[in-house]
Amino acid sequence: MDVVVCLKRVPEVAEVDLQVDPTGKRVKTEGLPFVLNDWDSYALEEAVRIKERMGAKVTAVTVGGEEDEEVLRRALALGADQAIRISDPRLQAPDAFAIARVLAQLIKDLPHDLILVGVQAADDGYAQVGPTLAELLGIPHATLVTSLELEGGKARVRRELEAGLEEVLEVELPALFSIQSGINEPRYVSILGIRRVAKKEIKILGLEALGLEPEGVRPKVLLERLFSPPVGEGAEIITGGVEEVAERVAEIFERGGVI
Amino acid sequence: MSGVMVLVEHRRGEIREITWEMLAKAQELSSSLGVEVQAVLIGRGLSGMAQELRPFCHRVLVAEEEGLEAFNSEPYQQVLGRLIEERRPALLMIGHTAQGMDLAPSLAAALDLPLVTDCYEFGLEDGRLWAHRQMYGGKLSAEVSSEAPTKVVTVRTGSFDPEGLREVGGEVEEIKVRLDPFPWKRFLEYVEAPPGEVDITQAEVIVSVGRGIGGPENLGLAEELARALGGVLACSRPVADKKWLPKDRQVGTSGKTVKPKLYIALGISGAFQHIVGMKQSGLILAINKDPKAPIFQVAHYGIVGDLFQVVPALVAKVRERKGG
Repeated sequence: MDVVVCLKRVPEVAEVDLQVDPTGKRVKTEGLPFVLNDWDSYALEEAVRIKERMGAKVTAVTVGGEEDEEVLRRALALGADQAIRISDPRLQAPDAFAIARVLAQLIKDLPHDLILVGVQAADDGYAQVGPTLAELLGIPHATLVTSLELEGGKARVRRELEAGLEEVLEVELPALFSIQSGINEPRYVSILGIRRVAKKEIKILGLEALGLEPEGVRPKVLLERLFSPPVGEGAEIITGGVEEVAERVAEIFERGGVI
Repeated sequence: MSGVMVLVEHRRGEIREITWEMLAKAQELSSSLGVEVQAVLIGRGLSGMAQELRPFCHRVLVAEEEGLEAFNSEPYQQVLGRLIEERRPALLMIGHTAQGMDLAPSLAAALDLPLVTDCYEFGLEDGRLWAHRQMYGGKLSAEVSSEAPTKVVTVRTGSFDPEGLREVGGEVEEIKVRLDPFPWKRFLEYVEAPPGEVDITQAEVIVSVGRGIGGPENLGLAEELARALGGVLACSRPVADKKWLPKDRQVGTSGKTVKPKLYIALGISGAFQHIVGMKQSGLILAINKDPKAPIFQVAHYGIVGDLFQVVPALVAKVRERKGG
């Protein structure tokens, strides 16, 4: 069984006052903490569990710069067998299609029974790369997967629908699945574990090595600008010391008839 | 003249709300552009739904085929692919839902069409599409554009109001598509969520915790506030994902929709999927460290601060008033 897992490093933006850079199209990333995309950590854990359960060769892939290798190191520390980074200056502002295009070009020449990706990335949230990649490779896919069982060249998956409903699908391998958060419990990776794989080779490939023309990764949609989202009426913010704030809220509760 | 096409989302014989929301937007675009609204209805046993849709579109395109009893992206992609090549709509709208997320990206890739996902607003100007969507957990919005003749967007639920739908009295057109077999992806069954120990949809007071609660060891704090107010404990997705609380306590798109008299959000940033499930609550109080957290946009009252300090003080004040 050959498993390819696609990973992305993203900024952690909770509790951060995000600023747009002078181009108007990107956020200022200086000083932001970066992490493995949450959904991808579930996809990676799922890949590692398949390897442990039934034996598999796991390949971790990312598209990005040298700093993005930390997500590949994490994958190697967890048990991935090889790691590949696609990097090219002409991939500066790729759209989801361009990312899927370079991944497809790489993965078509790798053995792959199973491709796992996260449902979406926490930064741009397109939820598009996975199924696009499957289509470019000519293999079936299922998104929003909350359980995955493999047997006899087939996968039985559950997909999350709305309001607690799920559906069960049977999909023939090779196939791509986008993994929903909560499918498993991603394990902790120690600094020591990551240090242990610090010397492991990470293969780096550019567009030429992949046999792709820059034309082939031209974005299909253009990001014109970033702006502050439209605001609702907004909450009345209660300020003051803790006691004062608590007193005021209790009063609001009482007036609202909840106490 | 190319029209505006809407993929009808339905499940178990019922048209889903997102369909009417998209039709409302399609009507708006159609009157400003002078083009048809076309609803595409794919499945089995569709005549009732076709009649339900007909007054609100110029054309209902009905593709009724064997093997389409439940949604499957493979045959949907085949039917839509042929319709788009034949009719070249200016825009195809699909819900940004479990169905749309499974279908739109591969459809767009197969037909070499531009796709913008999860849009909450968009328009067509001189053939150019502009679309607004959120990024970074709702902290920023982006404008995305495409000038291709046919574009695809997936539409965020709740973005458009179906109240404004007008009757335009259209016709039903049956489409014959000979489907290629698709044995590699089969729908087997639906699975309902098992009922939980507590039904949070029945509670008058909900104290809901998010990632900001830090860990399961801190749930007692929220539980105490819930008890003081006679309410129940609920959570946002990350808390259920981490198994700190059972899945049946999750509020949001994939969990429960609640409308209590009082909803208290503790350490919840307010992802769109969460807000959908609680925005109709009578009174909403949010406590969060991050003043820019989107939850403050839907809350009536907000406290920017440390929930570990505020909550114990609040528990004391509530008990005081109840006792007095």
